[in-house]
Amino acid sequence: MNATLGARLLRRAPWWGVVLLLAVLAVVWVYPFVWMVSASLKSSLEVFTAGLKIVPDDFAWENYSRAWTDANFGRYMVNTVILTVSTVAIVVVRCALAGYVLGRYGFRGKKVILAVLVATLFVPTGYTIIPIVKLSMELNLLNSLTGMILALSGAANVSAILIYAGYFRQLPKELEEAATVDGAGFGRVFFRIMLPLSMPVTATVALLTFLATWNAFFLPLVFSFSDPDLRTLSVGMQAFVGENATDWSGMAAAGVISILPIVALFLFLQRYFVEGIAGAVKS
Amino acid sequence: MARTITPAPTPAPTTLTAPPTAKRGIDTRRQTIWIWAFLTPTLVLYGLYTLYPIVASYWYSLVEWNGFSSGQRFVGIANYRAVLADPAFWSSVKITLVFMLLVAPARILLSLLLAMVLNSPRLPLRNLFRTVYFLPVVTTTAIVGVVMQFVFDPASGPFTAFLKMLGAKGGVDFLGDSGTALVTAAAVYVWKFFGITMVYWLAALQTIPNELNEAARIDGAGAFQSFRYVTLPLLAPFLLIITVLTVEDTFHAFDLMQTMTGGGPFFSTEIIEIYIYRWAFSASIPQLGFASAAAVLFGVFVMVVGALQAWALVVARRSRKELS
Repeated sequence: MNATLGARLLRRAPWWGVVLLLAVLAVVWVYPFVWMVSASLKSSLEVFTAGLKIVPDDFAWENYSRAWTDANFGRYMVNTVILTVSTVAIVVVRCALAGYVLGRYGFRGKKVILAVLVATLFVPTGYTIIPIVKLSMELNLLNSLTGMILALSGAANVSAILIYAGYFRQLPKELEEAATVDGAGFGRVFFRIMLPLSMPVTATVALLTFLATWNAFFLPLVFSFSDPDLRTLSVGMQAFVGENATDWSGMAAAGVISILPIVALFLFLQRYFVEGIAGAVKS
Repeated sequence: MARTITPAPTPAPTTLTAPPTAKRGIDTRRQTIWIWAFLTPTLVLYGLYTLYPIVASYWYSLVEWNGFSSGQRFVGIANYRAVLADPAFWSSVKITLVFMLLVAPARILLSLLLAMVLNSPRLPLRNLFRTVYFLPVVTTTAIVGVVMQFVFDPASGPFTAFLKMLGAKGGVDFLGDSGTALVTAAAVYVWKFFGITMVYWLAALQTIPNELNEAARIDGAGAFQSFRYVTLPLLAPFLLIITVLTVEDTFHAFDLMQTMTGGGPFFSTEIIEIYIYRWAFSASIPQLGFASAAAVLFGVFVMVVGALQAWALVVARRSRKELS
């Protein structure tokens, strides 16, 4: 066990080789983002001629003001935030409620509900989009943020219900027995005891829903066809390319504006992101 | 209302005798009401926006329908006949399958390799690496799609500049050439979602107790042997689950494809979702019945693949039980 320093370094040498390899791969991995940030600060001419050079000659901050005001990304940001926050709130509430009774109570019809949920776990948006648009039109909700919010919170997250159900199922029975003896009713037991206990699950579901909604594209695209003011960031980006295919630096600035909040959130909460996704496999 | 409930003022579990049956009847009835009240938001939202559309698709696939505000005319299975007779539909089925075969093995196997390296506690900087490789997962797919158009631009995109630096002639339009577009799109897709599969594997690896590998090492097993005889058998159930999740994932490539190639060039990256989108939303005269028939076939296709995988899962679990 008393290896000399040299021997220890030698033993670790293969590891440093692996680290070097991983580092090269890591640079390739983040390169598109680095390039995007760099292009967002270059002049339109420099983007075309700079090749692989990362640091711009002059920092062209006006790309950002062009994207934010002229290309309307300020508006798209507001839409995206409203859409995402509302959808997360609705998904968390409805999945917690449904997961609680499905995980903790036996009742007639439970098996049917569970079977239907599992069977529709992987339904692709491409399959359901036409009836959703038709339905939203009849409810007078097409071309409105409310319509998007309802469609996204109604389509997303069977897995969230199943995660909640699994979590509530394993909580000890004594919890609600004690509360019931104290005279707490059904709703009180849920809101005062069960919901606070389920914070870790709520954090996971909220984060994953946040991610999915912020990045959603198909549904907001179709819902904002006839009203550009309803575009989200991802739809706005697509439209920007259609209208200004030569404004690379403006487009890169718009891309940074769109991606920055979600990347910042990820770096801030990365442990929960990773644990949340990992939990999906373990359970 | 602010009263805390946890410290029980009247404990005495002995008083918990069975309540009179009449009262219990009311209690369970009240409980049933609560249960259904809790289920209502999900029944309404999920019913309206997922279940109803699944059922309605079947009806829509049987009508002729040229726009959301126009009328529908029942035509029976004519739409299905037309879809199945359309070579472009079969081409999109083929492209969806080829895309899946390009993407799934790369994501599943290569990410296992990376996860095993990143799982070693002796690796320096492993948390930094995990963060970096996971980063593309959280970014907006539609925006990645647009950015990639420029990264792969044949005239002055950075990828071309890189190839020129290596001495290649350059000028290959990777996304604009129908021979290379699908493979390039698949590579971008693998890059984008590699981190999710890696995290799945990291979670799976965490379920393997370290003592097992150490015991194997003491018994004289090398790295490969301990992987072959200890890690791999224990990972087998996860391999199936991760394969199911990853394969289902590849059917949701609309965001990336639509923004990166729009299905082109010459329909060479037109996956089924883009085929549906084209007929329903971007045609000058929409064919919503026709698109619904394609959507129903797509739904059946996804379900068949899912059912096959579920069946594999059950068979594997059963054979595992027989072994032990």
